[in-house]
Amino acid sequence: KKLNISHSQITRLYSRFHSLDKGENGALSREDFQRIPELAINPLGDRIINAFFPEGEDQVNFRGFMRTLAHFRPVEDNEKNKDLTSGEPLNSRTNKLHFAFQLYDLDRDDKISRDELLQVLRMMVGVNISDEQLGSIADRTIQEADTNGDMCISFSEFTKVLEKVDVEQKMSIRFLH
Amino acid sequence: MASSVYLCLLRAVFLVCFVNPLIQGLSEDESVFQNPHHQQEENLTGLPIVTFKWHHVETPYLVIIWVFVAGLAKLSVVELNHHVISVVPESGLLIILGFILGGIVWGADRAQTFKLLPPTFFYYLLPQIILDASYFMPNKLFFSNLGAILIYAIFGTCWNAATVGLSLWGCYEAGVMGNLDIGLLQFLLFGSLIAAVDPVAVIAVFEEVHVNEVLFILVFGESLLNDGVTVVLYNVFDAFVALGGPRIDAAEIFKGIFSFVVVAFGGSFLGIGFAILLSLLTRCTKHIQIIEAGFVFVVGYLAYLTAEMLSLSAILSITFCGICCQKYVNANMDEKSVTTVRHAMKLLANGSETMIFLFLGVTAIDTEIWVWNTGFILLTLLFVFIYRIIGTFLFTWMLNKFRLVPIEVIDQVVMSYGGLRGAVAYGLAALLDEDKIPEKNLMISTTLIVVYFTVILQGITMKPLVQWLKVKRAAHSDLKLIEKLNNRAFDHILAAVEDICGRIGDNWWTRGWNRFEENYISWLLMKPKARKNRDYLFSIFHKLNLEDAINYVSEGERQGSLAFSRSDEAANVDFKKQFGSEFADVIKDTIPSVSLDIHGQDRKNAMDDINAHHLLQQHLYRSRKHHRHKYSRSHFSINQNEDEVQEIFQRTMRSRLESFKSTKMGVNPAKKITKHHKKELTHKFIFYLVEVEGLCVFLPHLIEAGIENPVFLPDMDSPTHSPPWLMETEAVAPSQRAQRRLPWTPNRLRRLAPMRISTCSTDSFLMADVSLTLEEHEEHSQTDHVEM
Repeated sequence: KKLNISHSQITRLYSRFHSLDKGENGALSREDFQRIPELAINPLGDRIINAFFPEGEDQVNFRGFMRTLAHFRPVEDNEKNKDLTSGEPLNSRTNKLHFAFQLYDLDRDDKISRDELLQVLRMMVGVNISDEQLGSIADRTIQEADTNGDMCISFSEFTKVLEKVDVEQKMSIRFLH
Repeated sequence: MASSVYLCLLRAVFLVCFVNPLIQGLSEDESVFQNPHHQQEENLTGLPIVTFKWHHVETPYLVIIWVFVAGLAKLSVVELNHHVISVVPESGLLIILGFILGGIVWGADRAQTFKLLPPTFFYYLLPQIILDASYFMPNKLFFSNLGAILIYAIFGTCWNAATVGLSLWGCYEAGVMGNLDIGLLQFLLFGSLIAAVDPVAVIAVFEEVHVNEVLFILVFGESLLNDGVTVVLYNVFDAFVALGGPRIDAAEIFKGIFSFVVVAFGGSFLGIGFAILLSLLTRCTKHIQIIEAGFVFVVGYLAYLTAEMLSLSAILSITFCGICCQKYVNANMDEKSVTTVRHAMKLLANGSETMIFLFLGVTAIDTEIWVWNTGFILLTLLFVFIYRIIGTFLFTWMLNKFRLVPIEVIDQVVMSYGGLRGAVAYGLAALLDEDKIPEKNLMISTTLIVVYFTVILQGITMKPLVQWLKVKRAAHSDLKLIEKLNNRAFDHILAAVEDICGRIGDNWWTRGWNRFEENYISWLLMKPKARKNRDYLFSIFHKLNLEDAINYVSEGERQGSLAFSRSDEAANVDFKKQFGSEFADVIKDTIPSVSLDIHGQDRKNAMDDINAHHLLQQHLYRSRKHHRHKYSRSHFSINQNEDEVQEIFQRTMRSRLESFKSTKMGVNPAKKITKHHKKELTHKFIFYLVEVEGLCVFLPHLIEAGIENPVFLPDMDSPTHSPPWLMETEAVAPSQRAQRRLPWTPNRLRRLAPMRISTCSTDSFLMADVSLTLEEHEEHSQTDHVEM
């Protein structure tokens, strides 16, 4: 498969998919994800749940589930040199960054506006920060990344400003081998 | 700070001065003990007004004096740690203090009159520590990692024992140790007693080093469960040594292996049996709640002693007793009894631990037991250390093939470095029979040195080691804001995806077990009232929140705009009240909005920059990986970001309820709720709520509020009768901004924040009911709303 996940992993993830699927209809809905208690205390939990569901849909089947998870496969060394004519694998650095980018960019216009950034900041920060402070943090953040002065962060700007960060390592789960 | 130093010194001096004369007095009066009555009659010339009756009270007095001294010692050590240096872990300091005290006693007596005798240790000091550990054990974490824990405990300990024993024997045969009267079996015996990781020492050191929860439970669980193996190995090799070499054949070895099964499982089942007994007992004590708390300790201790009597593993027995009874005992007992038990457990455990370490130090000052053999001792230290590392990495490598979330290298390093030996090893060494094992004193000396080495040296260097390792991996500090933000975001994302992919524990087995447990075991062991309350409470809670969501949307509707406004000042004011002192830090760093105009551009930028970085650093929520060891000897709720967890949880719940309500539901008049619906909904919310800490404290407040409303749940399947605004769901869904922020007026805040553990939560709910009814009447005319 294009996703390049081994057979045993697929089996295991399928059994996990199955156990999450309380309605037993072969697809997961948002409630099935929300039932995982740890996600309720993860600030970005709901956003990540949304990332599993394709645009406008309420159900995700196993293939979609795997597709999203495939973003988190570690990057193999031998893959880095492979010829990428068949299209980039899902777990390439660019695609990982794109996944994170889409968590911020809710309206899918390929730009993170100040409002969207503020929303994410608000989710990730305690209640002790006032809105003004948060606003100024958001402004500074955009300033750092924005190169073309449109007060928004586009995907290329995002990639550029994170080029020093070891994304491959930070967004990988080892067992998805 | 200086005053505390003086206090410490004062206490030390007090200790010395107080104990010394007493000891001297003791040694003199011991001769008098022979014939007290006779003596008194002989010397009686007149009526003595006051007599000194030392011999009457000798034993209990000594015991109490030592307990008192231990308490003082702990006090001094904690003060020292707090104010002067906190490099040496408390356990290490206590041992050193024990050295000093031992020196005093020895100086007074020329002989060590106070030794840590194995029976004292095993029967009076150890059980409460283990009971405390198991009673507060985070069960879910424990059982989901049980496989790994068992592998480390069983195979790891066997590996350690075998390798250390064999290596030492090999070196002995090579002549490194000089002349000793010792054989292979005795080396193996020694290996088995030195192999066990000690729960007391592990807790003592790990408490000061914050590690993540999985790592903690692995080391902790291993240290608890390896007693089963240690006891078996020790007894088996002890018997082999007694039998002598030639009589050991395959049958004996087979018996040895079989005895492991019997001892380990027997001990565990015995513990479970006592747990059932305890739960049943607490179920029946409705009318005599004052003594409930006592049962926990008594039954726990009984479990320990019974297993000891039957030569099963006593530690395993008391461990499983504590683990299994937690849930039911906490549910059955009165609130105050639960608190009593918790405090008493911590008290006893702390006291015992202090005394153990103190005595470990005192026992060292004894010329009789010290036999120095450089080769033996140094080699033991070396082998213990090396084989622990090798063993850990080996088993982890094997385990990672099967684990969904692998154990990282740093964790493995910490795990191998955290294999501390402690008093259990010493106790077992002291139990050796001198006739069978002539080199007993050598073994005791070596054990003591290994214990001191691991506890003191490894304890001191553990924290710097962990920090060094983490710092190595962490990014450098000159990150831009956006990088910091994204790093944290990545952490959260990773934690979330790991959770989605599942902990190991979610499969057919655990679901089946949960169902079985809920239906049969809870029915048997929990008070019916407690059981009903859980379901009842959750449904009430769910209902109230649903009402909130409905009202919130209808309120917004009424105001005519979808972007529900909220006054910033009000929100800030509310939080100031609630979070009080924590806010002080933020206030210090507030970017002054006025001075922005005054300062020049550069300075403004620089200040903003520093402030922004600092703010972000302080206030970003920490991700799951960085924190949360869930057990502590001296605190109950050690999860320092409980507030954070609650905030995130509330926020998430609010937004979910919002979307849940607006996309799915119709609101209907009350119907007879079938059990299926109720179960389903309560199951939903049970999963949400049960996992968050603090809920069990909050629930009784709800009970006290006396919420007597009939259980009311809207029907989910067929919205036959939905209010008009729900018909066009898409149009009415609140904007994202509104979703995020709810109108935080004081009323709403109290109502919508029921998770806040406060003594006035009862008031808030009573008042909430009142306000709800009022609003009901208000809106009744507007919409066909639910009927209470």
